[in-house]
Amino acid sequence: MTATALTAAQAGLVACETCKLLSRPAHPEHPGHCPRCGAELEFRVVNSLQYTWALVIAAAICYIPANMLPVLTTTTFGSADSDTIMGGVVFLYTSGSWPLALIVLVASVMVPLGKLVALGYLLIVVQRGSVGDMRQRTRLYRMVEFIGRWSMLDVFVDTFTVALIQLQPLMSVEPGPGVLFFAAVVVLTMLAAESFDPRLIWDAGTGGERAHG
Amino acid sequence: MLATRPSDPIDLPFALTVTAAIVFIIANTMPLMAISAVGRHASTTILGGAYQMWVTGEQITAVVVAFCAVIAPGLYILFMLTVLTAVRRPPAPHWVGEVLRWGLHMQPWSMYEVMLLGILVALIKIAELAMVDPGIGMYAVGALVMLFPAIMVSFDAREVWQRVEWADDEMFSAHGGGDVVRAEAVR
Repeated sequence: MTATALTAAQAGLVACETCKLLSRPAHPEHPGHCPRCGAELEFRVVNSLQYTWALVIAAAICYIPANMLPVLTTTTFGSADSDTIMGGVVFLYTSGSWPLALIVLVASVMVPLGKLVALGYLLIVVQRGSVGDMRQRTRLYRMVEFIGRWSMLDVFVDTFTVALIQLQPLMSVEPGPGVLFFAAVVVLTMLAAESFDPRLIWDAGTGGERAHG
Repeated sequence: MLATRPSDPIDLPFALTVTAAIVFIIANTMPLMAISAVGRHASTTILGGAYQMWVTGEQITAVVVAFCAVIAPGLYILFMLTVLTAVRRPPAPHWVGEVLRWGLHMQPWSMYEVMLLGILVALIKIAELAMVDPGIGMYAVGALVMLFPAIMVSFDAREVWQRVEWADDEMFSAHGGGDVVRAEAVR
């Protein structure tokens, strides 16, 4: 099935983003407010691409220190030992729990990277107006939206490790600067996924010129 | 995927949300877990974890953790309770829509299942060094991990929107909403 369905914008209609009610816009440029829930209507989220790009780039910059800087510093009898995220994965692997090592590796390293790549891909495809498998792209977007929160895993692991191992002077664990950057990556990519308007995916190739921007 | 109408659109999510509110209080007041090593004991709650992050110099991370683990789920429960109470007597007042909108915004930021997995990973890491005992708070968190998806599955936002007073009703327009340009409904 390759025939493209009519989008609401082409039909001169607009759907409310909050309550999903389809209505006829009050004016072709300014659609007005939703008659049912009163939310402001938009054919497409204004400046969606710019916001999403900015957030994706900021997240990509934070991704580097998030992986290079230590997330935990363990002090045992006065000697300090720092661990990065990958160090934590290796620790779990060598201590015999490889399934957990795999979960942390996927959630902390692969998911954030995959999200950045997926969002970058969607942004480029939408901007170039390239025609392709729209359904697949929408599915990709939904996956990014769904999976994003799982990257927060490592932040929680670090928080509860720090909270529990406070056995001064024997042993204590303190968070490293990497945690901040890592949390920033997760929050920024989640905001990026929220600011991206998936309706833009369907405008490619339908001549939905008004949508861009 | 399209959805069919749940058979009990208001009562079931309401009951689940009330349960979640009670369990939420337990999860946040009872210790999550206690550890003991060489004669020393320590225990923590959820907010205790965020607090420890704060005092060790990671204030921003502490706020993010507190938001995702306590504030967002707490607000979600609060907003849902408000919405589900208000729609019982139709027509539902117009502000219900606004509250529901806030509630739906909280949904992706409430991360109980992620936190539970994080706690488990932390426990396994620590188990090498010390004896770990899960506390009551831990079981409450486990219950919340079940309850949150149950609320989301049993609740259908369309049921609320159908009961909400329309913003373009004459009554509403007469009370100061008249100067707003509204789109025309396709009925």
